[in-house]
Amino acid sequence: MNGNNPYLPFSSTILDVIKHTAKEYTFRMAYTGEVRPGQFFEVSMPKYGEAPISVSGIGDGFVDLTIRKVGRVTNEVFEKYKGQSLFLRGPYGNGFDVDLYRDCEVVVVAGGTGVSPVRGVISALSAMPDARDKYVIAGFKSPEDMLFKDDLAEWDKKLNLCLTVDGAPEGYTGKVGLVTKYIEGLPLRDPSAAKAVVVGPPPMMKFTIIELQKKGFADSNITVSHERKMCCGLGKCGHCRVNDTYICLDGPVFNYAEARNFVD
Amino acid sequence: MSVLKNKNRLYIQHTIKNYSVNIDRKYCIFMREGVQMGYILKEEAFSELIGRLLDSYRIFAPVRKKGAGRFTDVDAVIYDFVKSGDEIELSAKSDYAPKEFLTPLSETLFYFTEEEVKEADLDTKPVLVFARSCDIHSLKRLDQIYLNNGREKDPFYQRRRDLISCVLIGCSHSYDNCFCVSMDSNRCEDGYVFSVDAYGDEIRSDVRDQSFDEFFKGIIGAVKADVVPRFVTENEVKVDIPDKIPMSVIKSDFWDEYTTRCIGCGRCNFVCPTCTCFSMQDAYYTDNGRAGERRRVAASCMVDGYTDVAGGGSYRKKNGERMRFKVLHKISDFKKRFGYQMCVGCGRCDDVCPEYISFTNIIKKTGEACREAES
Repeated sequence: MNGNNPYLPFSSTILDVIKHTAKEYTFRMAYTGEVRPGQFFEVSMPKYGEAPISVSGIGDGFVDLTIRKVGRVTNEVFEKYKGQSLFLRGPYGNGFDVDLYRDCEVVVVAGGTGVSPVRGVISALSAMPDARDKYVIAGFKSPEDMLFKDDLAEWDKKLNLCLTVDGAPEGYTGKVGLVTKYIEGLPLRDPSAAKAVVVGPPPMMKFTIIELQKKGFADSNITVSHERKMCCGLGKCGHCRVNDTYICLDGPVFNYAEARNFVD
Repeated sequence: MSVLKNKNRLYIQHTIKNYSVNIDRKYCIFMREGVQMGYILKEEAFSELIGRLLDSYRIFAPVRKKGAGRFTDVDAVIYDFVKSGDEIELSAKSDYAPKEFLTPLSETLFYFTEEEVKEADLDTKPVLVFARSCDIHSLKRLDQIYLNNGREKDPFYQRRRDLISCVLIGCSHSYDNCFCVSMDSNRCEDGYVFSVDAYGDEIRSDVRDQSFDEFFKGIIGAVKADVVPRFVTENEVKVDIPDKIPMSVIKSDFWDEYTTRCIGCGRCNFVCPTCTCFSMQDAYYTDNGRAGERRRVAASCMVDGYTDVAGGGSYRKKNGERMRFKVLHKISDFKKRFGYQMCVGCGRCDDVCPEYISFTNIIKKTGEACREAES
C-alpha cells in the first residue's frame, strides 16, 4: 500500500512565517508540483488531526498557506516556526482558471480569510494588460484584521482596489462598510458581460451575489468558492457533500449557475 | 463419482449412500433447467462445515448478544467474528450491518513517531461475511464511494474489501420494516459463494463458487441436493420513490417536523448498510504529542459537528435540515450522481430510531408533496 496511499501525508519544511495579524499567519511551505489558486491542502498535525487550508500563494518551490488561529488543529500549527515542518497532503480540488478573466471586466469580492484563496487570482489580474478593468473589493472585520497588507498596497497601484472594514475605531480614514455597499457604485461599462469572483463567509457570499445580480451580472458569469469541512479531500468522508456534489472533488470553485442550486 | 458438464460449468458429483440415484437424477434435471447445485446439511453437518471453513477463513456473522438490546431483556443481534456454527444467528435480522468489517466504527490508519508515519497493519486472513440479500446489495454502494468516487481508490477500504467473500443468508420471510422489494434488493443473483437457509434444524446451501464445494464434500450428514436460496417477494412496507423531487419540496417546511421530533443521535446512520461517512481523529500517547495514531471513525450527518468549519461556521443546524439532507441522499442525490438508488430497504433505521421516526413514512410524505407540487 505504501507509496500510492493518498492518505499518507508528506513532511514539508516551513520556509518562512509571515504574520499578518495576531491570529493570522502565512506559512510558506516547501512544495514542488502543479498547483492552482483555489486548491487546498490537508494540513496535519499528528497530535490533533487534519484541516483543509487553501493555497494563498504559489511560487518556485513553495506554496503559501494562510492559517487562522481558530480551532484545535490550527492553534497547534501556530507553535511551529521556520525550519520546522508540517505534514501535508494535496493539493485537492479544482481551483480557479485565471484565463477566464482575461480581456473582460472583472470584479473580485472577498471577505476576511476568503481573500486567501483568491490572492493568486488577484495577483494574476493585476499583471494583466487591462488591469484597469479589474476591480477588487476586499473586506475585513477591522483594520487590525487586514491580511496581505503588502499585496493590498501593490494591487492598489495596478488595479481598482476598494478596501473596506466592517467597523473601525475613531480616526480611521479608510472605507468603512460591508463589501456589498460598494458593488452598486462600480463604474462598469457592461455589467451583463462582466465576470465576478465571490469568496467569503456564507452570508457575505449570499448578499454579495444579490447585489451583483441587481447590478446586472449573469449568474453564469459569477464564480464562487465554497468552504466546507473535509476530512479526506478525496470524495470519501462525505462531510463536504451538498446535494449530488462533492465540494472537494467538483469544487471548491463553482460557476454560480450551478452553485445556486445547492441546498444545504 | 461422476463428472457432468453443462453450460461451461463443471460439476463433480458424489454418490452418497442410497440417496445417490434419486438425487443424482433430480440433480441432472435441474442442471438442464439451469438451477445450481447445493447441499442439505443436518445441524451437526453445518457445525462441521463452519469448523472446516474456520481453518482457512475468519467468519464475520450476526450473533445474538443476550440482554444487550436497547430495552430490558431484549437481545441485540450484531456482527462479530464467530468460533463455531451455533453462534451464528440465522433467524433474525441483525440490528447492525455487516459493513462494520469494511468500515469499522474506529479504524487506525497510521502510527506517528516524530517524523515518521507508518500504515497500520491488518490481519490478512480472508473473511467470510454472512449477509442477507439487502446487505450484499449494499456492498455496491460502499464500493461506489470508497473505490469509485473521485480519482483515488481508498486503500484502507480496498485491502479489507479484497479479503471478503459473502455467504448469503436466505430470507424465509420479510422482517419488521423491511422494504427490500421496493428497492429491488430482495434478490441476489450473484455476489455470494454459497447460501445458508435454515429449515428447522436443517441448513440448505446453494454452492455458487465451486471452489467452496471442497468444504462440503465428505461431511457426514451433508447431502447433495438442488437448493434455491429463499428470497422475499413481498414486504408489508412498500415505498414508491418519486422520480423527480422539485426544489419546492426540497425547501418545503414539512421537514421542520423533524427539527422537533429528531434528537440528532445518528443511530439511523450507524446502522445503515450504505452510510459511509467518517471523520479523522488523532490520538496521542505521550504528553509531548510526538507519538500517536490517526484513526478514522464513523460519522453521522445527523449529529452535531458534522459540518463544523474552522472559526465556528456550520451548515444545517436544524435537525429537520439534516433529515432532509440524509433522506434526499438515500432516495435522490446518490442516484443523480451514480445512476441508482442508495437505499437498499433493510429498514434498520426505522428499527433503531428512539423517536419512532419512520424513514419509509418520510419517503411517502415526500412523494405526496411531489404530487402536490405537480398539481
